[in-house]
Amino acid sequence: MTEVAQPFAELGLKDDEYQRILEILGRRPTDTELAMYGVMWSEHCSYKSSKVHLRQFADNAPSSEAMLVGIGENAGVVDVGDGLAVTFKVESHNHPSYVEPYQGAATGVGGIVRDILTMGARPIAVMDSLRFGEAEAPDTKRLVQGIVAGVGGYGNCLGLPNIGGEVGFDPTYAGNPLVNALCVGVLPHDRLQLAQAKGTGNVVILLGAKTGRDGIGGASVLASATFDDESPTKRPAVQVGDPFAEKVLIECCLELFDAGLVTGIQDLGAAGLSCAFAETAAHGDGGMHVELEKVPLREASMVPVEILTSESQERMLAIVEPANVAAVLALCEKWGALATVVGTVTDTGRLVITWHGETVVDVVPGSLADDGPVYHRPIQRPDLEQDALAADSSASLPRPSTGEALRETVLRMAASPELCSRRWVTEQYDRYVMGGTVLAMPHDGGVVRIGDDTSRGIALALDGNGRFAKLDPHDGAQLNLAEAYRNVACAGATPLAVTDCLNFGSPEDPAVMWQFAEATRGLAEACRALGTPVTGGNVSFYNQTGATAINPTPVIGVLAVLDDVAKRVPSGFGREGEHVIALGETADELDGSAWAWVMHGHLGGRPPAVRLDAERSLAALLRRAAADGLVASAHDLSEGGLAQAVVEAALINGVGATIEVIGDPFTSLFSESAARAIVTTDDAEALLALAGEHGVPATRLGVTGGDAVVVSDLFDLGLDELRAAFEGTLPALFG
Amino acid sequence: MPGAAGSLGPVSASITVGVVTFPGSLDDRDAARAVRAAGVQVIRLWHGDADLHGVDAVVLPGGFSYGDYLRGGAIARFSSVVGEIVAAAGAGLPVLGICNGFQVLCEAHLLPGALVRNAGLRFVCRDQVLAVENPSTSWTNQYAAGEQILIPIKHGEGRYVADAVVLDELEQSGRVVFRYVGDNPNGALNNIAGIANEAGNVVGLMPHPEHAIDELTGPSSDGLTMFASLLKALVAA
Repeated sequence: MTEVAQPFAELGLKDDEYQRILEILGRRPTDTELAMYGVMWSEHCSYKSSKVHLRQFADNAPSSEAMLVGIGENAGVVDVGDGLAVTFKVESHNHPSYVEPYQGAATGVGGIVRDILTMGARPIAVMDSLRFGEAEAPDTKRLVQGIVAGVGGYGNCLGLPNIGGEVGFDPTYAGNPLVNALCVGVLPHDRLQLAQAKGTGNVVILLGAKTGRDGIGGASVLASATFDDESPTKRPAVQVGDPFAEKVLIECCLELFDAGLVTGIQDLGAAGLSCAFAETAAHGDGGMHVELEKVPLREASMVPVEILTSESQERMLAIVEPANVAAVLALCEKWGALATVVGTVTDTGRLVITWHGETVVDVVPGSLADDGPVYHRPIQRPDLEQDALAADSSASLPRPSTGEALRETVLRMAASPELCSRRWVTEQYDRYVMGGTVLAMPHDGGVVRIGDDTSRGIALALDGNGRFAKLDPHDGAQLNLAEAYRNVACAGATPLAVTDCLNFGSPEDPAVMWQFAEATRGLAEACRALGTPVTGGNVSFYNQTGATAINPTPVIGVLAVLDDVAKRVPSGFGREGEHVIALGETADELDGSAWAWVMHGHLGGRPPAVRLDAERSLAALLRRAAADGLVASAHDLSEGGLAQAVVEAALINGVGATIEVIGDPFTSLFSESAARAIVTTDDAEALLALAGEHGVPATRLGVTGGDAVVVSDLFDLGLDELRAAFEGTLPALFG
Repeated sequence: MPGAAGSLGPVSASITVGVVTFPGSLDDRDAARAVRAAGVQVIRLWHGDADLHGVDAVVLPGGFSYGDYLRGGAIARFSSVVGEIVAAAGAGLPVLGICNGFQVLCEAHLLPGALVRNAGLRFVCRDQVLAVENPSTSWTNQYAAGEQILIPIKHGEGRYVADAVVLDELEQSGRVVFRYVGDNPNGALNNIAGIANEAGNVVGLMPHPEHAIDELTGPSSDGLTMFASLLKALVAA
């Protein structure tokens, strides 16, 4: 007798993975079990290609007294003092956002917010890092409009301030936009929750929305494979969000936590109930019995496979002691949130799922959650391509030298999609709700006060330059970390911890795996050097169309703390007559720069030198100067160099400046050397002395004032002309 | 936190303002913070309450009550608490509706007209200059006539519309309380940002005064004057 072959390949499982399932179970899996292994062992859920590389974040982590929960939980938790802790994480929703921009982006925000909530935290802010194809390309407008509206639509309706992030354009992302959403939350230490199903006899309760047919196989179908011409037909694999349901769920869960009514909680994200049952059981007592027919459905005809793999949004799984069940149900009733008892914690060591009395799943939960395949994927530096890229330096590109040509360059760069104002995007986001926003866009870092009864706040920045990482993935990842670290330091905050969203092409391509290995190695080293551990994050592979991968794009978020938010430092020139001081050293580093890209469409050579010691000194200086009230503004120098930094600082409050450049004007204005910032101060002598103490080179550049950016002996640029150029671009492109 | 700016001393100690929370309210805690910043006690009101707990005034905050399904404010108007508020407003209770609260007041017919989708069809969050057109309502008596104030707006459905008769009546009777200055952010007719009922005790506006109570967390402290005005009105009454 021959058995009918099982459709494991359609579920994203490879031959050897299927064989392993047979070995684990000692029999053929049921259809339902097979589907669960398919989603749980997908790249997206199991991190099977990245695990061996991500280990170094934990193994080489700098010691940090602030870490309460490290990498591995839903999100890392960092102590910020006064009995309060902060949890934060960035996560990708790239693939769904290309297929269905509004819902893809919206549910990306919804998903990361639940990750924060599930730690016991009240979410207090969001940020987003978005990357699109060329701004002028035909499909970009659809994606920009949909994705920005989706991020805003969901976050605004949840009542979470969006305090910053970034928007980038590059042809590399044309078929693979990047939507990385970050959320930060705050909790008292004793409210920390864990995703564990402990206590035999405890009750498993599903909270929130009904389960529908949306998002089935999202993790395995969309996020774990490369796009091809079939992409539009994958729309049913995209989840549909209802932010109102999530807002209610947040308030309801926080009341449950405060009342001490749950012993464990897990959000439902990728792989839906499969993941929530398997992970909570595996990390608890090990056993659970679920009566699947009790799960409330949107469509009565759904079958167990669909129910277990649906990624319907706005759901949480709570583990509750029997004595508290009535209280939990009553509290959910108050908020109008659905709550249904679906199972119990057992001591059998097995996850048993029944469907109207028939057993459809009977497995050891750890085999789903923890024993997925681990791959040491082949790694191969693409020598020919990478060497040619490195050899193609920007040195041969024609550089402007006259005042008129430099003026024209500053203006064109300020108006380019690369560097222009992001106001068109950020005006669609509520930055005021919750009443704690102290700095938001267009300042370097977002800063929020973490409560009404405290002056304490946190600062966040998110950076992910993919061009530097293309030139050198190791150094590029380090430069992104350095930039985010510098941004929060400019706000006057002390950097504490890191979250990362690693966006790469297919892990089955050895060249991509080389990029990934280099980037993670670089990031782990730099985290150690800067004393900021990675607390969590996300890997997004398969960001490629056909054989062409995106530029490797490690997006790095840095969390920092301020003891007194009143001492935060804004990025804009505040008033006339302040001294403008440049901090750090400028070398001739134009490869991979905004200038090379905007003016010449060029990408090649070596990225700017990574200078982590200098970053540390600069950050220490900025922090001290902020605490002493010595600086009125601080703005980091990154894309577009000094010229762009002065333009942005001048336009924020409409206060110009007169500066002189030292040495070669072109290099001074456009180089993107790392570890630099400009600050303004009333007391230049004191600042120069403080900089000396910190070993940071400091140079007087000029003074603020007037209605123009004046570079002495070279050119003047009126603020009105600059503003028109800077502000006009995105509205003209996207309506 | 700012101190008790606008506090009028012990007289105000017994005054309470109710801040309503619907499922989906977002700026309720912010409104409560602003009321307290003006030196007034807050009583939180739940949407299911059929009782105003003796409050001296009510703030309907911003957000997306009941998800704004159907239309902004369309479901909230049927809640128990709004039923109580409608009755009490008729008897002179001061009521302020902010953003979604303004939409609720229009849906409940305490104020005329409606708020529809922004002309630009997008959510808009920006710092907006307003002119105070009527400084004699319960919520504006501490402003000067024509005073320009800087208050954040943040809404997707804030375009005030009404028929010509209603608009005429509002203009003639001085019931346009706030007007947008400079760029009209949402296409509102006559640049209307906020209006009052005939008696002047009920005011609705799209901008968010509760997000302009100090210069650390808002663009100005101009919004605090709205809550100080209420205190003045209540103490005088």
